[in-house]
Amino acid sequence: MNQLAADASPTRQRRIAVRGLRKRFSDIAGQGQIIALDGIDLEIADDEFLTVLGPSGCGKTTLLNVVAGFETASGGEVRVDGEVVLKPGPDRGVVFQEYALFPWLTVEQNIEFGLRERRVPRAKRKARVRQQIASVGLSGFGQRYPQELSGGMRQRVALARVLVNDPKILLMDEPFAALDAQTRSIMQQELLRVWSADRRTAIFITHNIEEAILLGDRVVVMTARPGRIKDIVAVGLPRPRDVTSAEFNQIRRHVAVLLEAEVQATFAAMETGQPP
Amino acid sequence: MVTVTPVATTKSSDNVGVFASAHLVGRRIAGPLIVLVLWQVASTLQWVDPRFVPSPVTVASSWKEWMFGPVGTGPYSGTWFMHAANSSYRVLVGFLLASASGVLIGCLIGWFRLVSDLVDPVIQILRPIPITAWVPFAVIFFGIRDGSAFFLIALGAFFPIVVNTAAGVAGTPKLLVRAARMLGIRPHMLLPRVVLPAAMPFIFTGLRLGIGLAWVLVIVAEMMAVKSGLGFAMWDAYYFLRLDIIIAAMLSVGALGFLSDLALRLMGRWTLRWSRGL
Repeated sequence: MNQLAADASPTRQRRIAVRGLRKRFSDIAGQGQIIALDGIDLEIADDEFLTVLGPSGCGKTTLLNVVAGFETASGGEVRVDGEVVLKPGPDRGVVFQEYALFPWLTVEQNIEFGLRERRVPRAKRKARVRQQIASVGLSGFGQRYPQELSGGMRQRVALARVLVNDPKILLMDEPFAALDAQTRSIMQQELLRVWSADRRTAIFITHNIEEAILLGDRVVVMTARPGRIKDIVAVGLPRPRDVTSAEFNQIRRHVAVLLEAEVQATFAAMETGQPP
Repeated sequence: MVTVTPVATTKSSDNVGVFASAHLVGRRIAGPLIVLVLWQVASTLQWVDPRFVPSPVTVASSWKEWMFGPVGTGPYSGTWFMHAANSSYRVLVGFLLASASGVLIGCLIGWFRLVSDLVDPVIQILRPIPITAWVPFAVIFFGIRDGSAFFLIALGAFFPIVVNTAAGVAGTPKLLVRAARMLGIRPHMLLPRVVLPAAMPFIFTGLRLGIGLAWVLVIVAEMMAVKSGLGFAMWDAYYFLRLDIIIAAMLSVGALGFLSDLALRLMGRWTLRWSRGL
């Protein structure tokens, strides 16, 4: 179940290895403990687009945060190219649901941020920023402030801001959840276009079944809290995928059944007020 | 192509601020004008004793003499600019001292838990003490000189600046810090590149409160601890019951305080141009 997808080419390499990952939080009152992740094992290939699907509160964001290095594991480990993840870094670009752009910097300055911090020479910096702005469709918006942009445009900036650093891994935490349906659909296409160019490792968190199947090579379905992996579904459809096709909907039905039980479990836990 | 509408439009009056249209300027001048007219009417009709409350016309002519009269022909003739310059200079020096120390210490308190635990209680205990209580110490340590005024003004303006800066720094969105670390920021650059800009709206609030207090305190200092400036002129005029001069000095402080606040607001608008409509 946790091996790489079956169509692995010989040059494929393992990029991320998650082994026995556990994460506990103390609750706000400081009395109890919340188990967010309870033994996650996962391997992700270097050219793979992995989507993670689960009910709210199942720990999928926590998983991403540990891979990003924002949070430390309570048990187990995450390795990237064999190295244990200890802190965040530009090799793992994160796109947040809330954009997290620096509001006092223009679009151009936001995208330039990482290069400037790593002291890339000015001329080289400017050239790469210009190229990146064009590739995510932001030409003409370089001098705008984030405040002046729509949600979709802001998320383009957030994507450009990490891609310009040429990260090995792209981590996305429900990046399109706050967008309207049309914008979301456009952004999904754009993301696939940009990703297909170099097929860097991607982990994409979502609670939207269609989005998970549309984007991912494999879909990880998580259980209700404490978060475990319930199943991993290999999508195996050629891109671009047709969400109305019979094959697509067969997978959608399968995933929906898997997820439904977990959503029920989450609701049941909320109603009884019992931590699962 | 997605079109983007500019955010900073002139749709509501509180958004317009200092760049008011002629119509709005007219509306804002109307209030003070009505007060002036009522005051003049009250004096002319002797509702108030003109010996104690001089009329606007009397104040205006005394003020004119104070500003432009030949020096030496009267106790106040032609000395306004000297007093105003003295007061402004003291406000400027005291305010700059308060800004530099307040922003620096505020950043340290807001960012480092240890500094907050050590320094914040001291500040919170000193803060409620009226600055006038410090006058004896100011005079003993700095004499009846500019130093006393600088000290009193800087001390008074320091508190709102340090408290607001610390609040702004402590309130830096954790998400932006995460984003910066993810983009590879060197730890020592976090303060200048993320925390300080994020705290800027708070810092400007502190600075505006500080400049207001600086004008209050320059008058206190000049009444008690220095022998020049508008505050000194006010105190001196009180001994001779020149209430016209006192009122002129009061209005002078009001005008200078307004202008210095306006300058700060313009600087704030430029620095915080990214936050318009936020």
